[in-house]
Amino acid sequence: MLTIPIETQILFAGILFFLGLIGLLVRRNMIFMLMSIEIMLNSAGLVFIIAGNHWKQPDGQVMFIFILTVAAVEVAIGLALILQVYHHYKTLDADAVNKLRDQNSK
Amino acid sequence: MGLEQYLLMRHELVLTLITLIILIAELCIKGDNSRKIRPFAIILFFIATVVGFLPLGEGSLFGGMFQTNGMILIMKNVLNIGVLIIFIQSYTWLGNEENKIKVSEFFLLMLSTLIGMDFMISSGDFLMFYIGLELATIPIASLAAYERTKTKSAEAGIKLILSSALSSGIMLYGISMLYGTTGSIYFSEVAKSLHSSNLQTLAFIFFFSGMAFKISIVPFHLWTADVYEGAPISVTSYLSVISKGAAVFIFVIMLFTVFRAMTAMWQDVLYITSVLTMTIGNLFAMRQKNLKRFLAFSSISQAGFIFLGMIGGNELGMTSVVYFMLIYIFSNLGAFGVVSAIANRTGKENRDDYDGLYLTNPKLSLLMMIALFSLAGIPPVAGFFGKFFLFTAAAKGGFYMLVLIGVLNTIISLYYYLLVVKAMFINKSETPIQYFKSDGYTRLGLIICFAGIVFTGLFSFVFEYIRVYAFGV
Repeated sequence: MLTIPIETQILFAGILFFLGLIGLLVRRNMIFMLMSIEIMLNSAGLVFIIAGNHWKQPDGQVMFIFILTVAAVEVAIGLALILQVYHHYKTLDADAVNKLRDQNSK
Repeated sequence: MGLEQYLLMRHELVLTLITLIILIAELCIKGDNSRKIRPFAIILFFIATVVGFLPLGEGSLFGGMFQTNGMILIMKNVLNIGVLIIFIQSYTWLGNEENKIKVSEFFLLMLSTLIGMDFMISSGDFLMFYIGLELATIPIASLAAYERTKTKSAEAGIKLILSSALSSGIMLYGISMLYGTTGSIYFSEVAKSLHSSNLQTLAFIFFFSGMAFKISIVPFHLWTADVYEGAPISVTSYLSVISKGAAVFIFVIMLFTVFRAMTAMWQDVLYITSVLTMTIGNLFAMRQKNLKRFLAFSSISQAGFIFLGMIGGNELGMTSVVYFMLIYIFSNLGAFGVVSAIANRTGKENRDDYDGLYLTNPKLSLLMMIALFSLAGIPPVAGFFGKFFLFTAAAKGGFYMLVLIGVLNTIISLYYYLLVVKAMFINKSETPIQYFKSDGYTRLGLIICFAGIVFTGLFSFVFEYIRVYAFGV
């Protein structure tokens, strides 16, 4: 059976994590920002599964199930709040949501 | 070992029970239930706070996932006291017409975050820690957006959920690397296998970044001022003392137990971030005109001072962090209480509006002065002793330079705290805030804060009590 070396697996998860981070920083649409955070959480979950496989323990997979659950909760609240923001601002652009800011800076 | 072993998680059980009772009570009470729910919840939570002070043994549950000892018990009690004050202070605000239909949601969400924090502080492995952390974070985002009709409140909510989700993502990645290198998610096992390899150092940095978001340490503080300004004042004070306190508590526990083997490394990290946090927090606080933003930056710089207590890595440091947190809760809630009392009545939150406040509302301005002096650390009030012990702990660890920087920053912070005092006592105004009489609950909340500031400062046995109870020395 073909086995992928663990370094490659970790590297893959690392790339996924930084893709999520870059997506969060570059994207201005709030729904895409939320999706990027999901990618980051899932890449962390992937590392847990890889490590669990490496140590031959179920802990990694247990962790992953909980991460999935909590991520779903986060998305639920996040989407509700995005809806709320859309209600007030009529836009999903994160740059346009800027009523709260330092009054001194122009 | 029967069922009584589960009494070790008494705090969590009592809080869960209260949450359920309030949930059911809301369904059962007919008509305008806001008038009945508010005192009911406050009395229930008062009982829970008192019950929390009953002595409790040490031990662990669920195969080590949940652990408790004297120190953890005291930390939970400190948080309980803070939440009780916030409940009392928010009584009037919750009675507003627009909030009447969602009063019980306020209590339910607050209490569930408190349950999350208790589980987080007691956690014995990273799974429990992560779940507790998320339970402590997610409901606060919806609380920040509590005032549905206000644009700023919605914006605060989305900013909080996005930044906290990002921070937990980063932290989780760090934890996953720790698991990958040590082969366990239990704190005790992880502590044994840490040896400052490169990957573990990286894992700690990721973990630290996540924690720094929660404690709002520079350079991860950017969400703080915006969220504090937009959220309702009760939620802001909750964020600035309780959430920050819980994160500080678990962070100090983890530094001293899990990351014990990497002490030399995290001392460097704490050193740099603490200097940055104190200085930048102070410099930004100077130029704020809105008092909520002002208190946000002041709370950022206080977080830098808290790191002084941790950095020594000694027992005195842990005690002084808890002691400082207790004083910080009283003084910050006192300041927020005055701001909220005035904002509820007049809607004004800017520093210029406070001109001449002493002439019209002398009691409020005296309390504000004492709270600000305590935050600044001027000798007769409690804040001085809190800072004094933090500095002592850092000096004991040999960080004399850092103590010097801390003292300099205390002097800088005096400037902006005194600006507010000057506005209240010296500045004259054409249109000062008119005299008003606060209702009983607001006054009770402020009196508790005042008594707390004076009491913890004048009687040294509070510090001794924490020390003896936590370490049995």
